[in-house]
Amino acid sequence: MNLVTFSKLQQLSEQNLPNIAKAKQEGRKVIGFYCLYSPIEIAVAANAIPVSLCGTRNEPIEAAEKVLPRNLCPLIKSSYGYAATDTCPYFRFSDLVVGETTCDGKKKMFELLAKFRPIHILQLPQTQETDGALSFWYDEIVKFKKKVEKVTGVEITDERLSEAIKLTNQERKAKKALMDLPKMNPSPISGIELLTVMFKTGFFMDKRLGIALMNEIVDEFRRKGNPAESPFHPKTPRILVTGVPVGLGSEKVVRLIEKAGANVVCLENCSGYRSVFMIDENKEPLQAMAEKYLSTPCSVMSPNPGRIKLLDELIEDFSVDGVIDLTWQACHTYNIESYQIEKFVSEKWGLPFLHLETDYSESDTEQLRVRIEAFLEMVKS
Amino acid sequence: MKTAGIDIGSRTIKLVVVEDGEIIYSSIADTTHDPLEQCNKLLVQTSFDKILATGYGRHFFKTHFDAPTVTEIKAFARGAKTLFPDCRTILDIGGQDTKAIGLDERGNVSKFEMNDRCAAGTGMFLEVIAKTLGYDLEEFGGAALRANGNIQINSMCTVFAQSEVTSLLARRQQREDIARGIHMAILNRTLSLLKRVSTAPDIIFAGGVAKNPCMRKLLSKLLSCEIKIPKNPQTVGAYGAAMIAQESGR
Repeated sequence: MNLVTFSKLQQLSEQNLPNIAKAKQEGRKVIGFYCLYSPIEIAVAANAIPVSLCGTRNEPIEAAEKVLPRNLCPLIKSSYGYAATDTCPYFRFSDLVVGETTCDGKKKMFELLAKFRPIHILQLPQTQETDGALSFWYDEIVKFKKKVEKVTGVEITDERLSEAIKLTNQERKAKKALMDLPKMNPSPISGIELLTVMFKTGFFMDKRLGIALMNEIVDEFRRKGNPAESPFHPKTPRILVTGVPVGLGSEKVVRLIEKAGANVVCLENCSGYRSVFMIDENKEPLQAMAEKYLSTPCSVMSPNPGRIKLLDELIEDFSVDGVIDLTWQACHTYNIESYQIEKFVSEKWGLPFLHLETDYSESDTEQLRVRIEAFLEMVKS
Repeated sequence: MKTAGIDIGSRTIKLVVVEDGEIIYSSIADTTHDPLEQCNKLLVQTSFDKILATGYGRHFFKTHFDAPTVTEIKAFARGAKTLFPDCRTILDIGGQDTKAIGLDERGNVSKFEMNDRCAAGTGMFLEVIAKTLGYDLEEFGGAALRANGNIQINSMCTVFAQSEVTSLLARRQQREDIARGIHMAILNRTLSLLKRVSTAPDIIFAGGVAKNPCMRKLLSKLLSCEIKIPKNPQTVGAYGAAMIAQESGR
């Protein structure tokens, strides 16, 4: 990525908090989100500011462990720790925080989080397969809509929702184009760079700024398209990382893979490719939203065939040489599902597979390094 | 051409020099608090044309000696395959980790797993418990073989197991029986790791813990098959690294 674009990203990131503070002073409400199942269009349609809440760094975990058990997923502990120590500015800004009943750890944590901020819990079905699940989820989104109307004082009409969907779809399109850059061989952009751009733009109050910047980066790389300027060469192992979400602060595995000489070409997770499923703009907005969000293939769903289907497409589209499945410690659903993922990856595609279970700390760097390097030796042989 | 492999483990550093596929020199030193100094001491005692490093210290070795590296997984695979051409499974229990490695027919790694970040069930664990029971590490396995009874040890954490052993001693349990229980506890853990990867014959047992006669006997019994032990189980990784160095261009 060139320096001009990068400094622009930095600059926009730095402006973001003051911008939110100003908008809040002017009366706009802020709604904080954690998870990809949250329909942010509701917030956008109410002229509220949707923000991503912190939960990808190790620092607040120690404070969280005063309340939460140690043997819990770092994402949950980090999210709670940020709230408890009041160190996430986005959480501080939030007039309403949205949680959903995804896994056991999260839903019980949200009960404790409620003492810091008003919280709205979306009851997420555990399956995508029955009609009942979708209509139940639709009703949950309607309830959430009513709640946001109350908090913001704005009536959320279908027109407003359609406008919001158009905007978030544009964002998804821009993000997908960015994530599709590594389909080129060699990829013009590293996995870490990609992750940095997506993570930082994800916090932007004004989605249009993020969309414009992502489009700019995509244009820049497509225009150049010069393999000599790629940080990789055509024989660099192309690795797909699947599993739990990854952000700055919890990117150590992606970093270690690329330091060991490979390229993370695709992230099949909620911070990556799962976040660009489009909402159907021709359907009734709430119905279209309900369908799109419920189809998110997270391991909390039982069964979860969407993840296999998505992996199947991505392994082909990105010419992947090996798959690493990342599980945060004590995340049962991803940990168990790894067995099915390995079976699929090795039987259908005959690719080397590695399952890593870790947390946000640096204590196991050397152990991870040995596994990743040995895995890459398998990829190359 | 003379090539060397150096395997820098958590407890010991192993150096092997190979010429025309034959081991012409082999030496082991404790890792200590200063592994770099220990490497220097080992290196001055012999000569070779090139060297390849493996083990958890491979990265500092690379920095200081500008040598290429491979992981222990690949080094052990290569070493075991050369020593035992029919090898399909390797169990390596070293100072602080346990590795199970599955090989395909050609000797390439098809799958591997390692113990998680704690040293439970590794050489370090045996060492700590042997000391608690008043045994030298070398006599620990033999003592366990002499046991009459079977005591179940429930803790796999090194620290907890140590206090469990202390309380068993306080209850005047036979220390051979406790020793046996400790070996069984490690084996049960090792077997579940092995079964996730491979139990296809030939199974090669390597690493320092393979010198322990009780571990060897019980492993063979629990898997109901013959286990092959290299003559020098500790140096399989260093030997593999030296063999890889024979082929590599540098």
